[in-house]
Amino acid sequence: MSEPSPDKSSSRVAAPRLLFESGSSGRNALQWPAPANKADELLPSALLRGEIAGFPELGELEVLRHFTRLSQRNFSIESEFYPLGSCTMKYNPKINETVARFPGFAQIHPLAGAALLQGALQLLSDLEAMLCEVCGMDAVSLQPSAGAQGELTGLMLIRALLTERGNPRKTIIVPDTAHGTNPASSTLCGYDVVQISSNDKGIIEPAAIEKVMDQDVAAIMITNPNTLGLFEKNIEAIAAVVHAKGGLVYLDGANLNALMGIAKPGHMGVDVLHMNLHKTFSTPHGGGGPGAGPVAVKAALKDFLPTPRIVRQGEGFGLSEDCPKSIGRVRSFFGNFGVLVRAYTYILSLGGDGLENASRMALLNANYIRRNLEDVYHIAYNEPCMHECIFTDKVQHKHGVTTLDLAKRLLDYGFHPPTIYFPLVVSGALMIEPTETETPETLDSFIAAMRAIAEEARDNPELVKTAPHSTPVRRLDEARAARKPILRWEAGQSRSD
Amino acid sequence: MRYTPHTPADQEQMLRALGFSSVDELYRHVPETLRGRAHIDLPDGLNELAVRRRLSALAARNATAADWSFFLGGGIYHHFIPSAVDAIVSRAEFLTSYTPYQPEVSQGTLQALYEYQTLICQLTGMEVSNAAVYDGASAAAEAVLMSRRIQPSKKRRVLVSRALHPQYRQVIATYFKNLTDVTLEEIPFDARGGTDGEKLTAQIDERTMCVVVGYPNFFGVVEDLAPLQAACAKAGAQLITVTTEALALALLKPPGMWGTDIAVGEGQSLGVPMNLGGPAYGFFACQKKFVRSMPGRLVGETVDSDGRRGFVLTLATREQHIRREKATSNICTSQTLCAIASTVYMSLMGKAGLRRLAEVNLARAHDAERKLVEQAQCGRVFDAPFFNEFVIRVKDPGAVLARCAQQKIAAGVALEQWYPELKDCLLICVTEMNEPEEVETLVRAVAR
Repeated sequence: MSEPSPDKSSSRVAAPRLLFESGSSGRNALQWPAPANKADELLPSALLRGEIAGFPELGELEVLRHFTRLSQRNFSIESEFYPLGSCTMKYNPKINETVARFPGFAQIHPLAGAALLQGALQLLSDLEAMLCEVCGMDAVSLQPSAGAQGELTGLMLIRALLTERGNPRKTIIVPDTAHGTNPASSTLCGYDVVQISSNDKGIIEPAAIEKVMDQDVAAIMITNPNTLGLFEKNIEAIAAVVHAKGGLVYLDGANLNALMGIAKPGHMGVDVLHMNLHKTFSTPHGGGGPGAGPVAVKAALKDFLPTPRIVRQGEGFGLSEDCPKSIGRVRSFFGNFGVLVRAYTYILSLGGDGLENASRMALLNANYIRRNLEDVYHIAYNEPCMHECIFTDKVQHKHGVTTLDLAKRLLDYGFHPPTIYFPLVVSGALMIEPTETETPETLDSFIAAMRAIAEEARDNPELVKTAPHSTPVRRLDEARAARKPILRWEAGQSRSD
Repeated sequence: MRYTPHTPADQEQMLRALGFSSVDELYRHVPETLRGRAHIDLPDGLNELAVRRRLSALAARNATAADWSFFLGGGIYHHFIPSAVDAIVSRAEFLTSYTPYQPEVSQGTLQALYEYQTLICQLTGMEVSNAAVYDGASAAAEAVLMSRRIQPSKKRRVLVSRALHPQYRQVIATYFKNLTDVTLEEIPFDARGGTDGEKLTAQIDERTMCVVVGYPNFFGVVEDLAPLQAACAKAGAQLITVTTEALALALLKPPGMWGTDIAVGEGQSLGVPMNLGGPAYGFFACQKKFVRSMPGRLVGETVDSDGRRGFVLTLATREQHIRREKATSNICTSQTLCAIASTVYMSLMGKAGLRRLAEVNLARAHDAERKLVEQAQCGRVFDAPFFNEFVIRVKDPGAVLARCAQQKIAAGVALEQWYPELKDCLLICVTEMNEPEEVETLVRAVAR
């Protein structure tokens, strides 16, 4: 284990100017010959605009250098350990990127017609089947663009089935540990939210559900493992309680990376779940998208899935809009196809055995971190953890050091911090998810840094409270940004520096 | 095993530290009823070469723009993308980072998104833009949801132009199926191919929440927004414009100059590959007074503790992770990488280049339309101004498309599937990628 020390290498160089503050009038990177007809010969001049005021006028190298320098002001998985809880920041394999750029995937058009898209439709159909197998479900829609859209889609499916059964009902049960998207999606689907608390061991008791479960409840949204990294081991009993009163069970599959080969949602009594392909199935997060949030269902919900459905047609594949019960479309075309190609590539690369191994190693890495930090940081729930573990700032708080300070100090050591202050039920939470693709040596150096910071918090709290010290910028004034929002560059706008 | 670096010795050592003798013991607390049947029955993993071959074989069974002539539009467009765009978005620092929650180590993404927001404002003529949403269709649905937050509850009629992209109309309908206070009604298009202004004037009233129109619309028609905006203003309804071909905005009077309240659309045209329709991104812009009702991520300028300029995610109190069920939306994705691709693309094209490119599209599409009418006996269906897409009538669209396909020409999109009244019609798109010779070949293939 090497001696930890703050990383002094990243000097705080001057920020690149904005695109709009560089360049020269009349400069541009690309030249196109003028067309035969001028615009005002083809369109009424009342429909035409003048020049796009403020738009960049730069050369190609200028543009490249600008964005290259910007990129260097980011942490990323390939440059730093990035143990952001609930985000599954695993390695994003390069083969996925190569394949997604094949002209046969990147340069194909969604309205070309099924006959010209047989390879793509087969890929989508195969991926649906693979995801069903991983989750133990009966059918999948690949259309939702992201986890949150998957949630909304899943709730719409539930609502459609209950409506067919005579009553859409009124509420959704959401645990206090849930992601914020769960209640937000419920509202969008026209439901009110009933929040329930987890027990002192961080999981949900069937008795707590029994108490609120009635004929008004459409469904429970449950995350398993939950956002405390704990397995909801009563989930079968909870599902039985909900089903007995005619409700359905929605699983937020954000933490599916803990389950592959360990437990299948389809066996837990789950009726609908969404997956985040950008988490479990290794597609890159891209700084906040694009992702993909496929929805998997049990047979009873299959007829309600979004259209079009991919269907077998003779030797090949076709598209069917003939789904009278379908909730309809949730987005254009076929979803984020490029993301689906990457996830498919990943599943082929790992195979069933590789996926199972991924979850097992994710658990091993998380438990290893937990074990090696629990004597210096307060652990939120002293229960066996799955793929992530939650500490708090309880010990360090005595020295006036908060979770935010600990996170910012980690930046000085060259690590991306864990997810902080989530879940909300844990005061000062630090949620660490190392993922399976990290070596024990990397974990050891992270552990060493966390231990060193714990010492600093005790011996030199000011150093931690004023961190970060070595990043391109220091702590940013978020209150000021929100009080007087400046959301775009404008010519002559008074600058803050 | 692929991508997991643990050797047997590593595992043994780690397990020893945990006081376990096997990895299985780590999840002994998972009920046996689940553990016992969790095996994933999929084939074993393949090496990289085998994976690449398998996927090459699948890719080979799709018709690509690399060896076909595409005259396909309808929401996804075949445009030139400079090499520099992919070079930047392939950089791991953009590709493999997360949503910029830790701004000190995410200034690259944050500044790029701030620049993106600025470019979208400049292009649309609007005052603020968010950091993008999923796609054009969900952007349209989010715009209507936003109008619902802004408008008083007595205004709940939504008028949607029938000339808006059919899939976008479907997505709006899906989003509102369960929000029963809102009613969706259609405004027909007129004989010229634009939204019928007279019908709109007749349908709009004081209960109208917003009017949604394509700009250009699904037929490629550049709508005259002046009468539509006037009708909206009179009724106190919001005007929402939806642009599927964003390149058009480099040439057309921007939505902001027409008095649009919310301007959204699909950004794919601006530097993102077609990808079978995704991923790309939805752009979302509005007037400044509505900013706190916006969905999605917003990047704002601020200073650090040393007074240096920096950027952060801001106005987060609108969002789900803080407001939960009271959030403006459940969305937390900004399709960041696609938005950054677009930012690089717009920077390279620049002020003059982007406009020139739009002019080339306009000229080539008009040239093709004229030749199809004059030399291939196609019928002109609408006579309103259009950008780079247009509708023509042919005798037998199925036969025309099949004939063209034999020559590796994807000639257009048959409209009957969405518009029974446009039975023999094709939507044809011509961009800078369609060289004049290609247009000649199309005209000959259609004429035969």
